[in-house]
Amino acid sequence: MVNFLKKLAGIDRRIIYLAVFLATAVPILTKAILKIEPLPEVRKAYEYIESLPEGSIVMVSIDYDAASMPELQPMLETFLHHSFRKNLKVIMLGHWALGLPLGQQALEEIAKKYNKKYGEDYVFLGYRPGVAAVIINLGKEFRNVFSGDYAYTPLDSLPLMRKVRNYKEIKLLYGLEAGAVGDSWIQYGYARYNLPIILGTTAVMTPDYYPYMQANQVISVIGGLRGAADYETLVGISGQASIGMLPQSVIHLVIIAFIIIGNVGFLVLRRAKK
Amino acid sequence: MTTIIWTWVAAFFTLAILSFLYKDNPLYKFAEHVYVGSSAAFTVLYVWVFDAYPKLVIGFKEKAGMQKYMLVIPLLLSLFIILRFIRPLSWLSRWSIAFTVGMAAGLGITGLTQGFLVPQVQASFLPLFVRGETVGQTVLLTMNNVIIVFGTIFTILYFYFSREHKGVLGVSSKVGVTILMLTFGASFGYTIMARISLLIGRIYFLLHNWLRLV
Repeated sequence: MVNFLKKLAGIDRRIIYLAVFLATAVPILTKAILKIEPLPEVRKAYEYIESLPEGSIVMVSIDYDAASMPELQPMLETFLHHSFRKNLKVIMLGHWALGLPLGQQALEEIAKKYNKKYGEDYVFLGYRPGVAAVIINLGKEFRNVFSGDYAYTPLDSLPLMRKVRNYKEIKLLYGLEAGAVGDSWIQYGYARYNLPIILGTTAVMTPDYYPYMQANQVISVIGGLRGAADYETLVGISGQASIGMLPQSVIHLVIIAFIIIGNVGFLVLRRAKK
Repeated sequence: MTTIIWTWVAAFFTLAILSFLYKDNPLYKFAEHVYVGSSAAFTVLYVWVFDAYPKLVIGFKEKAGMQKYMLVIPLLLSLFIILRFIRPLSWLSRWSIAFTVGMAAGLGITGLTQGFLVPQVQASFLPLFVRGETVGQTVLLTMNNVIIVFGTIFTILYFYFSREHKGVLGVSSKVGVTILMLTFGASFGYTIMARISLLIGRIYFLLHNWLRLV
């Protein structure tokens, strides 16, 4: 037993990588979708969006880049399907320059599916640096920050933007957060202007945003791939997040097994040394 | 056709980066350098297209009077930052840094107080008994509030360093540090979940978009 554990302790880390790869790839290849019961916080976010009257203006903030795409892109796509299906008007902007093309691409593709018209049903504003200053100034007057959209089209020549002066016209800010921009949305957007906020966050950031939810500073938080899968389930989409639930469950079991084996091995070897 | 080419390019870079797990190699180094270079170039381009050009160049053309002359201030501050590379004039970059630091500090203090500290303190003033619809719900809601209230107090006590952690303070700080450990454990669990999600995303891309096996 001790010899076996000694061998195990000296195992090549690449074997563990291979095990992790197989635990991910094999469940994906089975194409099976794990049935999940949506978390209460995701249901709350879904119900809030459902409750918005037709024609309400919602704003999406792209605060992530390709490194967080597997978690946040499904959240964005599901939100766009949900919004366009409900005939909500969508304004998109972002604080992460490298992520904005991901947002624009999804916006244009999904808008096309629902026959939505640029300028009337959706607008892509683009990027401005200076997170806090941008958020505060948007609360005063959008034109202080964006004189035009991403293609320099003046805001007032876009029918949707003619209706928007500041946050009073925005019924929801849906922030997709891979970092701390969400804090700024809450600390300036909500605290100063009462902007209603739902955050879609990477799993790393989720624990940081839960206190805001407990304090009712945000409507809800959709966390990680699990949150994305829950949202897809509620909207009735079978997307990448739902497909990811089986491999994620399998791989978590594998990691738990590794942790148990590692700890038992460590204790047994320490006792044998004594 | 274009999509196929870009899918192959993305697959190549994914495999090149993942090859580091076997060992460091030139392919990984190449992918890493391309990523860093292209990201930096992209960000510069984005700031120019979405900020400097519409705000400064178009601004100078379209604005008039005082509004036009106000644009000189950000232009000068931007130029001063670049002067860091010219040693005799590098001191001017401190003005731009001072402006940025001053603004960030001012915004940070008001934002944190108004948007974080006060609401979070308010949210920790909770009743220690909550009546639910069922006995089970009553127990759960009450426990939740008790954990939040005492968890906050004990964790703050752990950071009270003006007295030795003995007696009541010692016990309280031990409870506080236990709560901290539980929090770190939860954060670590979430971090693992996040990293695995990224791996799932990449492997799904390879199997679905590239190899078309699923």
